[in-house]
Amino acid sequence: MSSERSQFHNAGTMLIRGGHLIDTAAGIDEKRDVILREGRVAEITAPGKAKLHPEEAADGSRILDARGLIVAPGLIDIHVHLREPGQTHKETIASGTAAAAAGGFTAVAAMPNTVPTNDTPEITRWMQAPERAASVRVFPIGAATRALKGEILNDYAALRAAGVVAVTDDGHPILKDNIMREVLKNATRHGLTVIQHAEDTRLTAGASMNEGPTAFRLGLRGMPPEAEYGLVERDIRLVTELARETKGTQAHLHVAHTSTAQAVAAVRQARRNGLRVTCEVAPHHFLLTEQHVACYDTHAKMNPPLRSEADRDAMIQGILDGVVDAIATDHAPHAAHEKEVEFERAPNGITGLETALGLCLQWLHGEWKLPLSRVLSLLSAQPAALLNLKGRGTLAVGSFADVVVFDPKAEWNYRIADTRSRSRNTPFDGWAMRGRVHYTISEGRLVYSL
Amino acid sequence: MEVMTLTVNHPRPKLTVAADSPFPYSGGSLLSVADLTLAEVTSILDRTSALESEDPLARAHRLAKRKIALLFYESSTRTRTSFELAAKALGADTTLVSSLSSSIEKGESLKDTGLTLRALGAEAIILRHPNSGAPWLLERVTLLPVLNAGDGMHEHPSQALLDLRTMLAHLRPGETRVNEQSLDGVTVTIVGDIRHSRVARSNMLLLPRLGARVVLCGPSALLPEVAAQAGPGIEIERDFARALNASNVVMMLRIQAERLAGLQLDLKEYIRDYQLTAERLAAGVPDAWVMHPGPIVRGLELTDAVADGPRSLILEQVSNGVAIRMALLERALGCGTSERHGATT
Repeated sequence: MSSERSQFHNAGTMLIRGGHLIDTAAGIDEKRDVILREGRVAEITAPGKAKLHPEEAADGSRILDARGLIVAPGLIDIHVHLREPGQTHKETIASGTAAAAAGGFTAVAAMPNTVPTNDTPEITRWMQAPERAASVRVFPIGAATRALKGEILNDYAALRAAGVVAVTDDGHPILKDNIMREVLKNATRHGLTVIQHAEDTRLTAGASMNEGPTAFRLGLRGMPPEAEYGLVERDIRLVTELARETKGTQAHLHVAHTSTAQAVAAVRQARRNGLRVTCEVAPHHFLLTEQHVACYDTHAKMNPPLRSEADRDAMIQGILDGVVDAIATDHAPHAAHEKEVEFERAPNGITGLETALGLCLQWLHGEWKLPLSRVLSLLSAQPAALLNLKGRGTLAVGSFADVVVFDPKAEWNYRIADTRSRSRNTPFDGWAMRGRVHYTISEGRLVYSL
Repeated sequence: MEVMTLTVNHPRPKLTVAADSPFPYSGGSLLSVADLTLAEVTSILDRTSALESEDPLARAHRLAKRKIALLFYESSTRTRTSFELAAKALGADTTLVSSLSSSIEKGESLKDTGLTLRALGAEAIILRHPNSGAPWLLERVTLLPVLNAGDGMHEHPSQALLDLRTMLAHLRPGETRVNEQSLDGVTVTIVGDIRHSRVARSNMLLLPRLGARVVLCGPSALLPEVAAQAGPGIEIERDFARALNASNVVMMLRIQAERLAGLQLDLKEYIRDYQLTAERLAAGVPDAWVMHPGPIVRGLELTDAVADGPRSLILEQVSNGVAIRMALLERALGCGTSERHGATT
């Protein structure tokens, strides 16, 4: 605790000068100076008007030159795997959050499929302890059921009190209707979001890519799209029934990493019906298709799998027309020796924290003309709202001093050799990126600078 | 929606090798029939004939003392023996590593097994593996020429080449060069367990490029509708009698019990609907040639009378296996006149 305090003291005051502030939650999109004090946003002023107190100026408080740069609320990734506790050869909370900081993220929500599973307040607290040396804020997501087995519900009150922001069984989706109903009811009672990795695993045994002609040609067993959207539809049905029964607080169902056109359509319809159903899309699902599996590159293996071109297009469309609530990376580090195996034997997932902003700006903004403010909203304000992260996703005075400062025009190529993650499993090595992070500030501390 | 103009900047990765690498990549691999141009197919067929008719003593100098490893993670009779005999016919030393009598049993990875074989002096590796795509991994990590001797449910390219040679000998006798029209007017019907068959995939991807029409026939459990979209020139006909009627070649497949993975199949029904009998053949296309990649299960996909009958090319296929594989090994080790494919240094 004392070390954290001293860090705070060192970076106690920070002036970000000359930048263009985009804060969609506060409705600001113009040149502004920003003063951060004691981990919070202290002042937002017209350019050149921000003044440090004489004693702050005297003790050498940090002044960041943001001329020509965008200043925005720090990015928030609501779907990462930090692998700690238990699989520190893949990633640690320290290395994963260092990668997050490099990517402009100031908060990440960590999935519970650690070893052991995050079932308890003890593990939840352990993950957030200063000893983990996290660069950015970690919000643990708790396991919905004991050991992700889909049978016995965990103690949501205790998990929530320890800092859990949502519950999920992650890669072990809850298939039993009665259990999922209980999870939704209980989570709602405790103000927690239920995140579902929508995959009917009864339809995907032994499968390692999207089902279809490509899988057939490659001789790989395929995961049918209905394994995803079928479960999304089931969950929406349960949420609908609950809404009818309770007539009170609505359950919040969040669909993780949607990858099929029909799943996005189901979410769209649920929202029209007034339900609290949200969804996220990962960059690889709006950029890549099953064609990338062609040479059995295990960096094209993830779950949900890369889908057809029509599905990929539906992800882009869903982002553009607003049905998608957040971009989340599903950052899933794996050691080289784990990925450098036969395609069917390789673990699922790729890293994503360092490439998300660059890909979103290059493609969503650059190619598909999504306004910059919308891109940033999908990466910060909306995910903050989705998990009810108070004082984040905005730089309104009094909010947490979580800031990303980046050059929106800079073009560069991602190089995996430079990664801060412990793992290197990305298909985006060498890809053109747009937008370079210059500074990342987490609760007033400078945690990354170019 | 016309916002979608994503150009994928991820073509097939080229293998790059450091200039000073002791293992320069030769480009002699054969992983998929899709890697071969028709000119290369012609060249392989030419070399096959030349090597087959060459004096055995002269032939045995072509790869004298070169080292070839056979790495087999699945059992095999025809493919393994014919690759081995082909290598020996060219004078090469061979060594067989099979999953049951090696450190693979102790959990050694494919990568490490490949690197070990390379360190032992192997100059090419012939791989049979239960996982689709395994040869890509082996080539990438060893940079040695890899010959795919069957990977999972994916491909068996040397089988498709020997099948092609067998077909040409009977349908286009005397013809030595192949092009887009070589098999115009020819219908090849592939029958049975297409879902799990790498032989079917290699054939259905190669034959239409020479002008043949490929008809797939089988019950939906063994032949999913998507098979027709695997490439151009492929059709599905579920009715065996109708499929037979138009056939010049009937290629029967074995039901791969080892890959059924929980699939329930009524064998009695299968035999009733899809077994190739002498009667069916006589009623439909008495002059069609019957092929089978082996191993055959007599009394299941075909009867004795058909397997041993006058139209059966099954053993001729086996003989062609040795000849084709001589040409492939020569090509792999860079000693033939075959054209190279996409090597970069």
